[in-house]
Amino acid sequence: MSSNHTRNPGTPLDLDWVMGAHINKSAVERRVETLQKRRTVKKDWQAAWLLRAVTCIDLTTLAGDDTPGRVQRLCAKARQPIRPDMLERLGLAGEPIHVGAVCVYPNRVADAVHALQGSGIPVASVATGFPAGQTPLPQRIAEIEQAVEAGAKEIDVVIARNYVLTGDWKAMYDELQQFREACGDAHMKTILATGDLGTLKQVYQASLVAMMAGSDFIKTSTGKESVNATLEVSLVMTRAIREYVDRFGYKIGFKPAGGISSAKQAMAWQSLMKEELGDEWLKNDLFRFGASSLLTDLERQLYHFITGRYAAKHHMPMG
Amino acid sequence: MSTLLDLFKTMEYGPAPESPAAVNAWLEEHGRKFGQFINNEWGTSKGAKYYSSFNPSTGELLAETAQAEKKDVDAAVAAARTAFESWSKTPGVARARYLYAIARNIQKHHRLLAVLESMDNGKPIRESRDVDVPLLARHFYYYAGWAQLMETELRDYQPVGVIGQIIPWNFPLMMLAWKIAPAIAMGNTVVLKPASYTRLSALLFAEVVAEAGLPPGVVNIITGSGMAGEMIVTHPDVDKIAFTGSTEIGRTLRQLTAGTGKKISLELGGKSPVVVFEDADLDAAVEGVVDAIWFNQGQVCCAGSRLIVQENIAPRFIQKLKTRMSHLRVGDSLDKAIDMGAIVDKSQWEAVDHWVKTGEKEGGEVFQPDIPLPAKGLFYKPTLITGLDPAASTVQEEIFGPVLVSLTFRTPGEAIELANNTRYGLGGSVWSDNINLALDAASKIKAGAMWVNCHNVFDAAAGFGGYRESGFGREGGREGLFEYVRPKWMERPQPDLSGMRLDAANVSAEKKAWGEHTPPGPARPGAGRANGGSLPPIDRTPKMYIGGKQVRPDGAYTTTILGVKGKVVGQVGDGNRKDIRDAVEAAHAVIVAKQGWAMRHGYNRSQILYFIAENLDARNSEFAKRIVAMTGRAQKSAQAEVDAAVERLFTYAAWADKYGGVVQETTLRGITVAVNEPVGVIGIACPDEYPLLGFVSLMAPAIARGNTVVMIPSQRFPLSATDFYQVLDTSDVPGGVVNIVTGDRDHLTKTLVQHEDVDAVWYFGSAEGSYWVEYESAANMKRTWVGYGLPRDWMDREQGEGHEFLHEATQVKNIWAPTGE
Repeated sequence: MSSNHTRNPGTPLDLDWVMGAHINKSAVERRVETLQKRRTVKKDWQAAWLLRAVTCIDLTTLAGDDTPGRVQRLCAKARQPIRPDMLERLGLAGEPIHVGAVCVYPNRVADAVHALQGSGIPVASVATGFPAGQTPLPQRIAEIEQAVEAGAKEIDVVIARNYVLTGDWKAMYDELQQFREACGDAHMKTILATGDLGTLKQVYQASLVAMMAGSDFIKTSTGKESVNATLEVSLVMTRAIREYVDRFGYKIGFKPAGGISSAKQAMAWQSLMKEELGDEWLKNDLFRFGASSLLTDLERQLYHFITGRYAAKHHMPMG
Repeated sequence: MSTLLDLFKTMEYGPAPESPAAVNAWLEEHGRKFGQFINNEWGTSKGAKYYSSFNPSTGELLAETAQAEKKDVDAAVAAARTAFESWSKTPGVARARYLYAIARNIQKHHRLLAVLESMDNGKPIRESRDVDVPLLARHFYYYAGWAQLMETELRDYQPVGVIGQIIPWNFPLMMLAWKIAPAIAMGNTVVLKPASYTRLSALLFAEVVAEAGLPPGVVNIITGSGMAGEMIVTHPDVDKIAFTGSTEIGRTLRQLTAGTGKKISLELGGKSPVVVFEDADLDAAVEGVVDAIWFNQGQVCCAGSRLIVQENIAPRFIQKLKTRMSHLRVGDSLDKAIDMGAIVDKSQWEAVDHWVKTGEKEGGEVFQPDIPLPAKGLFYKPTLITGLDPAASTVQEEIFGPVLVSLTFRTPGEAIELANNTRYGLGGSVWSDNINLALDAASKIKAGAMWVNCHNVFDAAAGFGGYRESGFGREGGREGLFEYVRPKWMERPQPDLSGMRLDAANVSAEKKAWGEHTPPGPARPGAGRANGGSLPPIDRTPKMYIGGKQVRPDGAYTTTILGVKGKVVGQVGDGNRKDIRDAVEAAHAVIVAKQGWAMRHGYNRSQILYFIAENLDARNSEFAKRIVAMTGRAQKSAQAEVDAAVERLFTYAAWADKYGGVVQETTLRGITVAVNEPVGVIGIACPDEYPLLGFVSLMAPAIARGNTVVMIPSQRFPLSATDFYQVLDTSDVPGGVVNIVTGDRDHLTKTLVQHEDVDAVWYFGSAEGSYWVEYESAANMKRTWVGYGLPRDWMDREQGEGHEFLHEATQVKNIWAPTGE
């Protein structure tokens, strides 16, 4: 990850802060509802935002049937997410427009590293018993170490949800600190699996603990829970980030993941980042989409911008 | 023009314009010139003067509209009167279909209405599209339902007649809906005048209504200046006035309609508090402030313009707020990605700016974010003024613009005190995650709409309207219907004011003369005692009853009460201003005390009312005898009056715990509760007919619902009331709940109605007295209920008790409490 920011070293666990959190759900919902109506971008601005969204994608494949060939194809799309003829018509021929990262299971990291050689695109690996986190701690830590060794520059770790649900913040903090240590120079993106948590307040609290334990990013979901990224949990998590930045100055990234498949949704998240955190959080060192099919829709919308015609899905090259 | 690559790097917002094409086409179709809309037709008045409407975002001329003259107003009222004959007889189920058709038609023309509203007013298209027009439709749907149900659910009521409605420029369509929908649902017809700055959407609405097939004359739209408004208000064939606007104009309208028998409802200004407690979700509260004060450029009567934040979190909260302000976008009202549009008119812009400069002079620290404004157009930055104290005029007065002032508090008690430290009482919000604290504060802040953890949430199913100088009457909900109906037994009051000379030259002399009173001397020799015996009777001169104690009249003058054939039946104190003052103080002391009357539960109040009834009944024959002695009526009639008084006390003992309010079915997820709160201290001047029953019929509903009262008994026959305090003394009534001041009715009423700490005055004396009570009430906009000198059959249960009385004894507060964890 090419970050200009001082990396978050983590901070002591501040339980007073965690326990004193107040999140009002109906107010969160109201903000989310109106935010989407308060902001929109059109024409050139829209095209610029679509392109920016492309560069923030963690192009992801996390399936049991992933093979070296499948990863190879995904990496090719990651290098060239927009058709060259379209980039040319946008006046961006030769600009290094590629996705933020490619995200795979630990066993596929080596394939991806190989396929992305020389592209500058980092490989992200999920780890720590993804998606449920219900395996013994040594194994979870070993997974991180193996992924890093295979060349992953980013590790998407899952938290053990039981700690949040039982309020054992100390255990969650300690475990994440060990994960962070195992990551070494690789950046740690901590998945809260918000769909498994009970309340928005727990989402906020878990966000704080994850940052205190040294996360570089906090991420909503594995994509495997029944409810994945929503704007509501994203608002709560971005506000936690803002509060953390205010107190310590360390900028923490945010990654919504799962269920974001349309350009319109992507722009809602971009507005959320711009409004709640600021412009820095629109770029891929602090913002990622965990998505697989989103890219195709972004590409189709860009095609419409260029030609004035609605695009067919099958005209966009597969990833 | 930036290149795509530049934009890719900066990630800025660009213009996102809504097209004005359809609106311009509609305006062009009308030649950008509009007459009066009467009987579903555009009238063209020869030689009419025209007024120009401008787009406040761009300054462009939109259209010209006619300035109504008297003949136009007369024509509109006549059309409404003619239509009333058939419309009022149209079955509710048929009226429901018309309202439903209007609601549907609003939705069909949703975007056209929204775009025109934003162009004419300057408000963001997002708001007119997502708030104003949806609520416009919602009100017609909601009141279509009440039209459907009127004959069964309001079977004791009839329509009022022709309604004159005057609306403000801040929500031209929404205010129009709040006025027209309930009025026509209940069978009334309407003459509505939109505000001068924003006339156009009402004219488009007129066509939308006509297209929906509403019969001619039911809704008439008159454009014109304030003079036209006054013509509507003073038109003799108008039966009710509904007004939303400034408190100053509201006062004038109250005075103009005084004594005429016209109903009036006023929704006026505000300086509504936003109270943020330390345990609130502060980010949520910051957004709440955005909703509260930067909605519609702050041009909202219930705008949360006074931030009251707990001292220990104030620095952090203000910092968060300032950060949030720097993300607000101000721009052309048709830009879909702005938060604030333009101020409606240059004069308003200047007034807002003047207030901000005043705030600076008063020692406030003015913060405006570093955000761009369009080069031209009437734009004003969102503004926060900190460091002011409660005495600052910018804290006390309504600014009506995007300007927030902030104060701090230490304890919940102090927060409520600060929130209530205002002449207004329209809305307010409380922010806390502690349900006990939030609901307690919401119930103690005196305002018609209280929002918990939200602000400026509206729906047709909940009433809206003020306490104190924010006006009276409710719009929305079932409670909003009562502004547009009259009990079936009651005719439109036509008071006889022929004895008054109220032309400009005389009005102040008349005003001074009303209630003038010279204390009397002893009875003339020869006016013998009514109940003598072999021994001289023991002198029994009743006193005033104030704060639960019998006290001598302050002025130490006495009035002799003569019975039939001029015989002296007794003497009472001749009350003066100071007796009234003391009585009001006593009434206040007991209402706000720790175990105050208003705070007691209904069960306790009902027990006391039953006890009063029991003790009155025990002295049944004594009270009857007194009535006979004073009035010369037959024993049987007097007995019937006492029996009716006992029964009436039972009735209100019954109502003491059965009129608390309702749960409103609004669109909010959560609970919206309409609470029927007491009005406060009520001054009551009793009728002369039925000296006991009249007194009891007015006192009992007032105290049953938690008010405290200052009673002025019948001037001619006060002894039933003074006998009554012994009943009160033996019935566990806390001192000060009922105070009795005898003497000259109008003299005492004058002090009561001029008293600024009396919340309502009920007056059942003469037509002239009714006039002055309504006129003088304008000083603090206290609520009034007067009899216009017309008869009322107090023995009749339909006329002498029930909902009308309970309605007058309460004011509705809607508390909005969203839920969800």
